[in-house]
Amino acid sequence: MKDDGTTTLTPAQVKGVDLAEADTEDARTLHRIVIVGHVDHGKSTLIGRMLYDTNSLPPGKVEELEAVSARRGMAIEWSFVLDAFQAERDQAVTIDTTQIWFNTALRDYVIIDAPGHREFLKNMVSGAASADAAVVVVDAAEGVREQSRRHAYLLHLLGIRQVAVVVNKMDLVGYDAARFAEVSQEITDYLTSIGATPMVIVPISARDGDNIATRSARTPWYDGPTVLSALDGFHGSPDVGAQPLRLPIQDVYKFDARRILAGRMESGLLSVGDTLMFSPSNKTARVRSIEAWPADRQPQSAAAGEAVGITLDEQIFVERGEIASHVANPPKLSTLFHARLFWLGHKPLTVGSRYKLKLLTQEAEVTVQSIERIVDTQTLEHAAGETVERNAVAEVTLRSRQVLALDDYGDLPKTGRFVLVEDYDTVGGGVISMEGLPDQRRAVEVKSTNVISVEHRLTADTRAARNGHQGGVLWFTGLSGAGKSTLAMEVEQRLFAKGYQVYVLDGDNVRRGLNANLGFSPEDRTENIRRVGEAAALFADSGVICITAFISPYRVDRDRARASAPGRFHEVYIQADVQTCEQRDPKGLYKKARAGEIAQFTGVSAPYEPPEAPDLVVDTSGENVAESVECIIRYVEKVFTLEKGQEPL
Amino acid sequence: MDRLDALEAQSVHILREAYARIEPLAMLWSLGKDSNVMIWLARKAFFGHVPFPVMHVDTGRKFKEMYEFRDRYAVEWQLDFKREVCPPLEEMDASLPPAARSAARKTEGLRQAIAKHQFKAVIAGIRRDEQATRAKERVFSPRGETGAWDFRDQPPEFWDQYKTDFPPGTHIRIHPLLHWTELDIWLYTRREGIPIVPLYLSKDGKRYRSLGDEDITFPVESDASSIDEIIFELETTKTSERAGRAMDHEREDAFEHLRATGYL
Ligand SMILES: Nc1nc2c(ncn2[C@@H]2O[C@H](COP(=O)(O)OP(=O)(O)OP(=O)(O)O)[C@@H](O)[C@H]2O)c(=O)[nH]1
Ligand SMILES: [Mg+2]
Repeated sequence: MKDDGTTTLTPAQVKGVDLAEADTEDARTLHRIVIVGHVDHGKSTLIGRMLYDTNSLPPGKVEELEAVSARRGMAIEWSFVLDAFQAERDQAVTIDTTQIWFNTALRDYVIIDAPGHREFLKNMVSGAASADAAVVVVDAAEGVREQSRRHAYLLHLLGIRQVAVVVNKMDLVGYDAARFAEVSQEITDYLTSIGATPMVIVPISARDGDNIATRSARTPWYDGPTVLSALDGFHGSPDVGAQPLRLPIQDVYKFDARRILAGRMESGLLSVGDTLMFSPSNKTARVRSIEAWPADRQPQSAAAGEAVGITLDEQIFVERGEIASHVANPPKLSTLFHARLFWLGHKPLTVGSRYKLKLLTQEAEVTVQSIERIVDTQTLEHAAGETVERNAVAEVTLRSRQVLALDDYGDLPKTGRFVLVEDYDTVGGGVISMEGLPDQRRAVEVKSTNVISVEHRLTADTRAARNGHQGGVLWFTGLSGAGKSTLAMEVEQRLFAKGYQVYVLDGDNVRRGLNANLGFSPEDRTENIRRVGEAAALFADSGVICITAFISPYRVDRDRARASAPGRFHEVYIQADVQTCEQRDPKGLYKKARAGEIAQFTGVSAPYEPPEAPDLVVDTSGENVAESVECIIRYVEKVFTLEKGQEPL
Repeated sequence: MDRLDALEAQSVHILREAYARIEPLAMLWSLGKDSNVMIWLARKAFFGHVPFPVMHVDTGRKFKEMYEFRDRYAVEWQLDFKREVCPPLEEMDASLPPAARSAARKTEGLRQAIAKHQFKAVIAGIRRDEQATRAKERVFSPRGETGAWDFRDQPPEFWDQYKTDFPPGTHIRIHPLLHWTELDIWLYTRREGIPIVPLYLSKDGKRYRSLGDEDITFPVESDASSIDEIIFELETTKTSERAGRAMDHEREDAFEHLRATGYL
C-alpha cells in the first residue's frame, strides 16, 4: 500500500501474486467498472488496449482488428474490439454501451464501455447504472469537455462513488508533466465541486499502451499506479445485508397448493417466523416458509440479492407492487416526494405533465407538481425553469394519486429511485428526497388491534331530530392568511344564533391540548391533521356541526379526514392567492418565512395542494368577510337540513 | 453471495419480470447448454413449473443426440413443449453465402412460429460474451413487426427497469442469460447437475463448444471429456466459443446483418 491508500502493483507483481495471498474477500467476485468521458477521448481504445495488454483477446483477434482497420485506412484501432457495429466503425464513434469480461491475477472484471456522444446519453446511463466504480477518460490535449462533466455528474447521481481518472493521449502532448498536472487540476476541481474525489489520476496513452498494464518509461515523472492496479484498488460493492429489509413483491404464484409471494430481496435479511409488514397496504403476516426448488433445499433465511419465494401464515391479500419489510423499519408512505432526475425524453418534462412511475415493482401515475431548479451540469449553477430538456438534470416535486412505499435515496438507494415512462418509453430516472415531507404512515397505522366498536343506542337520526339539523364536518382549507379562522369564528357565532349546535376546532387551540405533544415536523403536521379529522368526525357523530380551520395543505390528509366522516364531510376551500395572503400577513409569518426564519412554510417553501373537487369555494380575495360568511351560511342551511322523514322533536 | 448465486438471482428476477408483465410468452429451446440452463432457471423461478410454452424452432438438421435429448427432457421436465419447423432452404435468398442462408431460414422459422402463436415475447438464451453485437443487447429488447432489431436506437435500460410498455406490433426478445459467460454456464451446469447433450464432451480428440446445425457447426480440438475438464479447458483457453460457427467467418458484418434482420 502506498501512502495515499492505493495499491500499486507492477504487472510482474500482479502475475507473481499468489492467489492465496490476494484479497480473498474480493477474489473472484465480479467487479463492474464503467468507462466514461467525452466523445473521442479514447474510452473504447483504452478497453481494447487493456484486453490486449493483459493478453485477454482470443487468438486471431489482433489480425482481424488489423484487417478491419486497414479496410478503413487506419492503423490498428483497439476501439473496434468494442465498437462492433459497422456504423460505429465507419463513423469512429460508440453508439451503444457494451460489456466485456476480463481478469487480473487478483480479480474478475466486467468492463462497461459507454458512448461519449451526447446523443447517446441514454445508452451511457444504461451502461453506467449497474457499475460499482468508474474511470473517467479525459483527452490530454482537449482537456475537460462538456460530456466529461455531464458524465461525472451523472455518475454521482447514479450513486457511483468510486471514481478514477485517466488523462489519455499523453502522446499528443509529448508526455508533458505540466500538461498532465493542468488537466488533473481541471477534472479534480470539477469532481470536488460535486462532492466526489478521484481515487487516482493516471497519465496514459491508450493507443500505445502507456501506463495501462505496465509502467511507461515515457512518464518517468509519474510514480502512481497503472490503470490495472487502479482497478484492483477499487473496493467491492457495499454490503446491503446490514440494511433494513426491503422485499418488493414481484408476483404471487398459485401453481400448486402453495400461495407463494415472489420477489428479490433488495436489502436486509429475512428469516422464517419473521413478521412482515406490507406497504403501502399496511398489512402484516408471518413468514411460514421460504420456498425453493429443488425442494430438498429448505432455506431458513434469505439475504439481500436473492430472488426468493415465501409463504405466509395468514392468507392476506397482497399483490405485485407491495414492499415487504420488518414492522420496526418499514419504508415511508407518501403521495408526494422530491426527486433529482435526469431527463432522457425527446419531449421536455413540464410542470403538470403526467408520467408512469416505476419504483421497483410499483407502478403509479405521477404528476409533476413543480420544477424546483434546473442544474447546469457544466457550471453547476441552478436556475428556475418551466421545462426540463433532454439530457438535463433537475430537482422536481412529483405527486402520485395513490400512496407509494418508498425510501429516501440517501437511506436506501434501491427503494429510493425510480424511472418515468411516457407513452412507451423510459424517459428519465430519479432519486428520491423526502426532506421536509411527512411520512404518511403514522396516519394510516392502526396500533391497537382487537378493538371492536361498541354500538350506540342513539342513532344519527334521533340526534338530528333533537337538534333540528344534521351533524357534519365543515373542513376549511386554504393558505395561511386566507381567512379560515376569521370566517370560522364568524360562522360559528351566526349559526349558534340561528339555533345550530356548532363548534370550531382551530389550530392554536387544538395544539394547546389534544395535540400538545406534536411539533412542526412533517410527520407531526400529518398527525395533527389526522387527530383533528378524527375529533371532528366524533363531533359530527354527536350531531354537532364541527368547523375546522387548518391549512391542511395535502390532499391525502384531507381525503383521510373525509374518510373518517363518510357522507358528512364538506370540504370548503377558503381561496386567496399567495400575494393577497402575504399582504395581509396577520401573524407576520410570511415575512419570517421569506427571511428564511420559518422553514417549510406553505405557499412559500412548501407546497399547497388545492382541493380538486371542493364542496364549496369561498373566494376571500374577491369578496369581503360578510359576503363570505353569508355564502357559507347559505350552504349550511341547504345541506344540513333534516331529511324527509326526520321530524324535529 | 457467490458469483453463481448472483447470476442465478438476476436471471430469476428477469424471468419473473417477463412472466408478470408480458403475455403470451414462450421460451426458445435450442437444446444447447445455454437454453438448458435457462429452462433450469425457469424451474427455479417458478418453483418447479415452467408456466409458458417451451418452443424448439427446428431446422431438421440438428444432431441425432440433440433430438434424443429433446424428446427425453421435454417429458421429464414436464414442459409445455412446442415444435415448429423452419421453411425449406430453397425459399431463402440464394445469393447468400451458405451459412448465412441457413441462418436466414432459422430467422424466418422463428418469425413464422411467433406469428402463428401470437407470442408477444420470446425468451432467448443469448449471452453478451458470445459475440460483440450480442454484447450490446438489452435484457428486454424490442423488435419491429418484421422482427428487425433497431440497434441504433435501443431503449434505455437501467436499475433493472425493463421495457414492458410497447405499441401494438412490437415484439420483445427477453434475454435472461445476457450477463453470463460460457464459463459461468459450465460452472452452473456442474453445480446444479443439469443434463447436457453428450456432443459437448470430447470424442476422438474433438468436441463441440457450440451446437448449431449439423452441416455448419464444427467441433474443436479438445480432450475435455467431462464437465470438469471443460471448465479447466475454458479457464486456460482464449479461443472464441463461436470459432466453430461457419457463418461468423463469412464477412465482417455477417453477424450484425443477421441479427439486424431478426436472427437471435
Ligand atoms: N494519439 C492518440 N490517439 C488515441 C489514443 N487513444 C485513442 N485515440 C484515438 O482517439 C479516437 C477515439 O477513440 P475511441 O476509443 O473511439 O474514443 P471513445 O472515447 O471511445 O469515443 P466514443 O465512444 O465515441 O465517445 C480514435 O481515433 C483513437 O485511435 C491515444 O492514446 N493517443
Ligand atoms: Mg467508444
